[in-house]
Amino acid sequence: MMAVGELQPGSFDPDAYLTHFDYGRQSTLPSGQTLREYTLEAVDREIEVAPGVFYPAWTYNGQVPGPTIRCTEGDRVRVLFTNRGSHAHSVHFHGIHAANMDGAFEMIGPGQSFTYEFDAEPFGLHLYHCHTVPLKRHIHKGLYGTFIIDPKVGRPPAREMVMMMNGFDTNFDGDNEVYALNTVAFHYQKHPITIERDELVRIYLVNITEFDLINSFHLHGNFFRLYRTGTNLEHFEFTDNLMLCQGERAVLEFSYKHAGPFMFHAHQSEFAELGWSAIFQVREPLHA
Amino acid sequence: MRERTLQLDPPSQVDSPDLPAGTEPVHEPPRAPRGDLVGDPPLRGSPLSGLWLKGLAPLVLVAILVAIVLRMGPAGIFQTAFPPIEELTIERVVIPGPGELRVSVVNGGPEPVTVAQVIVDDAIWTHDVLGPRTIERLQRRVIRIPYPWVEGEPHNITLVSSTGLTFGHDIAVATQSPTVGPRYLWTFALLGIYVGVIPVFLGLLWLPFLRGIARRWLDFFLSLTMGLLLFLGVDALVESTETAALVPSAFQGGALVLMGVLGTPLLLAAIGRWRTSGTTAPTPLYVASLIALGIGLHNFGEGLVIGTAYSTGEIALGTFLVIGFLLHNTTEGLGIVAPLAATAPRLRHLVLLGAVAGVPTIAGTWIGGFSYSPVLTTLFFAIGAGAIAQVLWELWKLFARRPEGGLTRPLNAAGLIAGMAIMYVTGLYIAA
Repeated sequence: MMAVGELQPGSFDPDAYLTHFDYGRQSTLPSGQTLREYTLEAVDREIEVAPGVFYPAWTYNGQVPGPTIRCTEGDRVRVLFTNRGSHAHSVHFHGIHAANMDGAFEMIGPGQSFTYEFDAEPFGLHLYHCHTVPLKRHIHKGLYGTFIIDPKVGRPPAREMVMMMNGFDTNFDGDNEVYALNTVAFHYQKHPITIERDELVRIYLVNITEFDLINSFHLHGNFFRLYRTGTNLEHFEFTDNLMLCQGERAVLEFSYKHAGPFMFHAHQSEFAELGWSAIFQVREPLHA
Repeated sequence: MRERTLQLDPPSQVDSPDLPAGTEPVHEPPRAPRGDLVGDPPLRGSPLSGLWLKGLAPLVLVAILVAIVLRMGPAGIFQTAFPPIEELTIERVVIPGPGELRVSVVNGGPEPVTVAQVIVDDAIWTHDVLGPRTIERLQRRVIRIPYPWVEGEPHNITLVSSTGLTFGHDIAVATQSPTVGPRYLWTFALLGIYVGVIPVFLGLLWLPFLRGIARRWLDFFLSLTMGLLLFLGVDALVESTETAALVPSAFQGGALVLMGVLGTPLLLAAIGRWRTSGTTAPTPLYVASLIALGIGLHNFGEGLVIGTAYSTGEIALGTFLVIGFLLHNTTEGLGIVAPLAATAPRLRHLVLLGAVAGVPTIAGTWIGGFSYSPVLTTLFFAIGAGAIAQVLWELWKLFARRPEGGLTRPLNAAGLIAGMAIMYVTGLYIAA
């Protein structure tokens, strides 16, 4: 069980995506509120979802998933969205905001722009995605990304990662051919994510799989503290297996007691064997 | 009392004796002299080279146009960014041993196809493409997949192209594929002997019985033969069209059916006409040979299917299968000797007829067992259907020449229907 070959040079880099957070252009409003400005552009682009398998995606900023937008609760968020694609699109943020900022009714045609603006609330782990109908197609073609609102009090320092569980229906038969963590099948299995023993790891985990009702996350050789939707600083459960519905998300925190390679993957074996399998390479701390 | 009237009109009696008085015997229209068949004025004065030029000019122009299009593109049309229409067909999966699958794939579509990934039973799997991953139009490729397949269980193989299209194939029952060698050659030969040779020869043994019965009962058995053949012909046609659906589109399964079904009877009729100069009715031995040939071609196709089904584990050489074919195909032997009842055929002719009808089954099981190809199967079933159509036509003419009533005679009609019914009922025992 493994994909054959490597990605073409210049393709989307899941390793860079994993730890990249877009905090926007930061400034202070006269009221003293922090303003964060982001730019999103819808672009049609062919992406590589497994080595050699190309998929005609619709993307935010040319990548699937779109950039991870991050801010702190209470910030003013301003997102300038421009549609450079061939179809009408929108950006629908999960969060608390005005009806006309919801991206569900006003569709932005090709060549048009729209500015979404709202206060960041509540803190937690959210997502954004296109809300144009047909919804299934606009989402599974790749128009989605992670939206993190940090609590004002912050979270303990940790090695943080964004993981979107997604899938691709490459032959458009209403069923996913490829499953992945951050788009590329088996990427983190071929290129394990290196972490240190005893190091606190925080995963922002979002399920954006289409067609299948649920997806799941199973960690080997360890248990994690589960913060559902990341909206509470007290953990909900201590477990090693988490099931998320479409659009559901959770913050996971753990540290490894033992060094060595540890798998993590969907506990639906089919998803795992079609690409959603990965490895943490736990090494001894360098300073020890 | 024996009624020894000739079953078939001998060639010399074909024309006049049965015609009412005063009727002119029907003759064929006088033949046109050679070289003037088309009816166009002869090309007088044209030197031969000039004629060739006239014939070749359009071809040369087409060649020039093809060269231009290949070099410059089709002048603006068809240049939009269509997604490529890809087509890959898995023709055969060979299972050489534990932990390995070998997939033979052919590109029957208009565009080159690149195999990017392979999915086995809903799992993306490692594999080797023996050759470049990009398969050009009409090219074949073998893909080796190290996979722990499970004896007796179904598996699915799906090829994912670079554009994300998928091309699947189901292994109905996984079992090690036969390899060319004494053991499997003998197994398949035995299969062919059981299914084709023994039944046909057994059926030939009805000859003494047929020689002893009354004329009208002979006609009954001849009608019964037509019923058998009708059933086999339709069976071959159905098999041919069904397999045509599996043929990669570039190889045009429908056209293969058409060429086999129409080309074969035309070819056989032309040979018959050339052999008899078109003036005489066919001899009983000739009709029997045609029947044997038609049945032989049908049995070759049947052998292909049985060999393939056996090698892919879909059938076993079980008791039921052998009994089914014994019953089913013994009637074929009856069909061959029915036209010969009025004559005294030599033993070697009978052996030859039986061999023509039965032995192709062995060749079929060998080819089907070791290298199945939907193209071949479609073509041979179509040829079989065409050959049987030709035999039916000959038998139809034979009955039509009878002054005392042809197929519509109640006994004969009953024979025809009985022939089909026998094939249907004995066919119920065949699981293949």
